Amino acid sequence: MSETKKLLEVKNLRTSFFFGGKEVKAVNDVSYYINEQEIVAVVGESGCGKSVTQMSVMQLVQTPPGKILGGEVLFEGKNLLDYKPKSREMQAVRGAKIAMIFQEPMTSLNPVYTVGSQITEVIRRHKKCTKKEAWELGVKALSDVGIPDPEARMKNYPFEMSGGMRQRALIAIAVACNSKLIIADEPTTALDVTTQAQVMELLLKIVETMHTSLLIVTHNLGLVSRYAQRIYVMYAGRIVESGTTEDLLIHPAHPYTIGLLKSVPKLEERQGEQLIPIEGSPPNLAKLADYCAFCPRCPYATEECRTRPAPELRSVDGKLHFTACHLEAIPEEGK
Amino acid sequence: MLENNAETLLEVKGLKVYFPTKLKINGEQVIVKAVDDISFSVKKGETFGLVGESGCGKTTAGKAILRVINPTEGNVVYEGHDIAKVPMREIKSIRRELQLIFQDPYSSLDPRQSVFSILKEAIVCDRKRHSSSEIKERADELLRLVGLDPFMSDRYPHEMSGGQRQRLGIARALACNPKLIVCDEPVSALDVSIQAQIINLFEELQKKLGLTYIFIAHDLAVVRHIADRIAVMYLGNIVELMDSCELFKNSQHPYTKALLSAVPTVDYYEEKNRKRILLEGEIPSPLRTPKGCPFHPRCPKATSVCKEQKPELRKTGENHFTACHNP
Repeated sequence: MSETKKLLEVKNLRTSFFFGGKEVKAVNDVSYYINEQEIVAVVGESGCGKSVTQMSVMQLVQTPPGKILGGEVLFEGKNLLDYKPKSREMQAVRGAKIAMIFQEPMTSLNPVYTVGSQITEVIRRHKKCTKKEAWELGVKALSDVGIPDPEARMKNYPFEMSGGMRQRALIAIAVACNSKLIIADEPTTALDVTTQAQVMELLLKIVETMHTSLLIVTHNLGLVSRYAQRIYVMYAGRIVESGTTEDLLIHPAHPYTIGLLKSVPKLEERQGEQLIPIEGSPPNLAKLADYCAFCPRCPYATEECRTRPAPELRSVDGKLHFTACHLEAIPEEGK
Repeated sequence: MLENNAETLLEVKGLKVYFPTKLKINGEQVIVKAVDDISFSVKKGETFGLVGESGCGKTTAGKAILRVINPTEGNVVYEGHDIAKVPMREIKSIRRELQLIFQDPYSSLDPRQSVFSILKEAIVCDRKRHSSSEIKERADELLRLVGLDPFMSDRYPHEMSGGQRQRLGIARALACNPKLIVCDEPVSALDVSIQAQIINLFEELQKKLGLTYIFIAHDLAVVRHIADRIAVMYLGNIVELMDSCELFKNSQHPYTKALLSAVPTVDYYEEKNRKRILLEGEIPSPLRTPKGCPFHPRCPKATSVCKEQKPELRKTGENHFTACHNP
């Protein structure tokens, strides 16, 4: 692993939102990295800060109320947080070197412009070319992402396309600009399963043929199990466990990950098997205690968990598998 | 087609829901066949799952069963009454025993009503006399039944989490002691860890109150978990009907197989060994449903028969029915 190059490295990122004097720590000391040509997933429930982390990397956090308080975002050797959000340097990265795909493709495309004009707009912004060349690049990108009859589709408005096709059009923008990294924030949540499979296979093909890296932000553990090479699990603004997909799904070490895996229904389970849910609900980020945020819902929590400060990530096996839990070992029957 | 034994609670026969449009193709008015001749029966105390992708007609079917939408044709027989045919003024008394739970707990609760007032509305709808202490008692009982604290009754929906709101939606549906509940995507708007809580609640309530569910969802794993029998829908038709344990082991329709392989599973080793069937294209628009088998344009096994003749649902195993010419 050490010889592969890190494409993006985020170190100790902290982003907070301020509402009426209260601080909501949405991203609390988050560090992660993604290698070249790697597929990494960030998993967590809604409100755990997984999207805000990506928005901070792209410097798209609305200020105020949000503020990036500290940390480093190293991309191709430069710290992106040194650039102002609206600076020329940041704009050269955003949308071109790092492309972002959002959950609902209808809201990230402008309904009153044709898809073609939106694709060429991005191409012309990042590449020196004439309108005609940009148009041709756009047509090629659309056919690359498997949209039939790309010439005609360029002239379509977003509402004339289906959800899956709109998502493909957004991926086409990333393809046309030769993005190094694609951040896909819940890329398939709004899509049907068969379309979801098509879009994910397309992303996989792009990673393989265009040597891009892919960061999937999702709550769907199945998706992660099929596509990701490494996983970061987030809870209440922190990364609580990280490791290879196999490590996390087969030998989960953090009680939250263990709980998540036990609470999803499986296709091949035996009849009458019961789901074991995680009791309670995710914490309010404005009222976080100093100790481990998962402690109130954790079935293994001890007195120690409530008295010691929030646990730091520590290695489980001396390699890539990290967990943020005080407990040395989770009782076997729990797994 | 299905055996009509004594335990049958609800029987749907040849249900059709057509929506006329203003669109004309070749001078002929286009009709959207949202539900096109589906038949099934639901036994007392079982959970009947309806699965399919968006636009397959599963929600329309659920609504037509309760006559929220008037069916175009067909019968829905519930305890001797044909819900599809009874006059509108009688429907209310029958419908009390048939309840509906919605997907989005945010939009199915009135934001300006407190929890108590939401429940009260449902409790008093039987038009019997209730003293205010009786209502209060019943509301508290309902809240406890779904795992909410009775002190929540002064709250408003916006003060509750998504899971709590869905619990309230269930409490409201239980208020008039229903026998059958149509659950329309009741867990798909919830977070993973909350989803399991609600699924367990559904199972618990079924045991405690002897409820029958029609469970509509797009998530195969969820339906597989909760349902006893599953009907897979595609473009308004039931393409396969089977016991839920058959779904993973022994599904026969090419669409069911593709759907199954499209759902990624959490099991890492299983996932590595799975064969993926990637369907070409998208669901055709219901305005232009293909002739013959509705699935044939995307079907990897389609032959010339499929283009001409629409397959009937026929028996292909014990309690297993498939609508395919070459399963």
